[in-house]
Amino acid sequence: MEFDFGAVLVDWRLLLKGLVWTLGLTAVATVIGLVVGVGCAWIRAHGSKPARVVVGAYVELIRNTPFIVQLFFIFFGLPAAGVMLTPEIAAVIAMVLNLGAYSTEILRAGIEATPRGQIEAAESLALSPLQVFLHVVLPPSFKRVWPALVSQIIIVMLGSSVCGQISVEELSYAANLIQSRNFRAFEAFIIATAVYLLLAVLLRRLLNWAGPRFFFGR
Amino acid sequence: MGAFTLWDIVRNLLLAGRWTVALSLIAFIGGGVVGALLLVLRLRAGPMLTRLIGAYVQLFQGTPLLMQLFLAYFGIALLGVEVSEWTAAAIALTLYTSAYLTEIWRGCVAAIPKGQWEASSSLAMSFGEQLRHVILPQALRLATAPTVGFLVQVVKGTALASVIGFVELTKAGSMMANVTFRPFVVFGCVALMYFLLCYPISLFARRLERRTHVHGR
Repeated sequence: MEFDFGAVLVDWRLLLKGLVWTLGLTAVATVIGLVVGVGCAWIRAHGSKPARVVVGAYVELIRNTPFIVQLFFIFFGLPAAGVMLTPEIAAVIAMVLNLGAYSTEILRAGIEATPRGQIEAAESLALSPLQVFLHVVLPPSFKRVWPALVSQIIIVMLGSSVCGQISVEELSYAANLIQSRNFRAFEAFIIATAVYLLLAVLLRRLLNWAGPRFFFGR
Repeated sequence: MGAFTLWDIVRNLLLAGRWTVALSLIAFIGGGVVGALLLVLRLRAGPMLTRLIGAYVQLFQGTPLLMQLFLAYFGIALLGVEVSEWTAAAIALTLYTSAYLTEIWRGCVAAIPKGQWEASSSLAMSFGEQLRHVILPQALRLATAPTVGFLVQVVKGTALASVIGFVELTKAGSMMANVTFRPFVVFGCVALMYFLLCYPISLFARRLERRTHVHGR
């Protein structure tokens, strides 16, 4: 048994491109996914009964089916229904839907923990329900559940490796491409895995640092 | 070639779904055994081994399951052993599950007050007796809900075994979609089957969780 990591690292440009795609997909999905999560959390707290049922069904549907099936349904299934998507758009949609559902559920836990008195105090200052939600309820809720959200964002980042299956050229796709050329499969996937591990560690650090600064204050 | 009816699609998917269930059970049970061993090791061992197990957990939680599957598939082959998709998937998912379960259970054991360990050790109980009679009965009650909840992650995780060619529900779905040219229906059915498999487990886990919180606190 002999390893030849050099044969894989020669193609570092492909790996780098894959890394950029992985980061890009994750960044876009995180931002939009969190917006979806906040919106759904608002509906769950204040929406009409039918809207709440729809959001509940969405959350449960996403949480109880595999990401790869969601991705295949969007990329292969929807064109049959007349919606054509590029692999990249399909991947982003799947990741957004995924993170949106999980963050809805995570945020709900944080929102439910809001002390009643804070909401009453805000209402007594004549803030509208939306203002109360955005300025009083949401920031401390984010703070409460930030560790769980960070973990979920990392899971979505790692999950993006599946998007290579619909030929999105992210990191795992690059590893696959390299190993199909030089047959150094084990080495290629070891390197990709190591990069993912590094990304997961760095992303956690970054989000733990950025959260208090940009989302909810210390 | 005859046309596929909806029933043909569903029947084929159900047949393949048995492999999803089988793989889930193997990974869950195997992962549970390995996870329990790691837990006991972690409770007993010195700092070196503890850190090593911590790294093991980090490794599996910080890398994509898809990569773990590829590495198992191509890695075992490097050892010169002929490896089937089935074996590679079972091994990768077992290790993945063990890492998560051992971490969940460690948290549950850590939630048991230190005084319980001290009290039982002052009664001259051995480590095994402490675990069996004092710590585990309490930790188990905390552990059931998250453990059942993780089973959902395992079932969903088996879908990735399709990528290395193991024919379970997702792979069967891809094949059916290619044959029938009805990907919308096929993947809709696949998603529905996963949902029917996972949702009851989720509900059960949630109910367990509620019960723990009422009686536990």
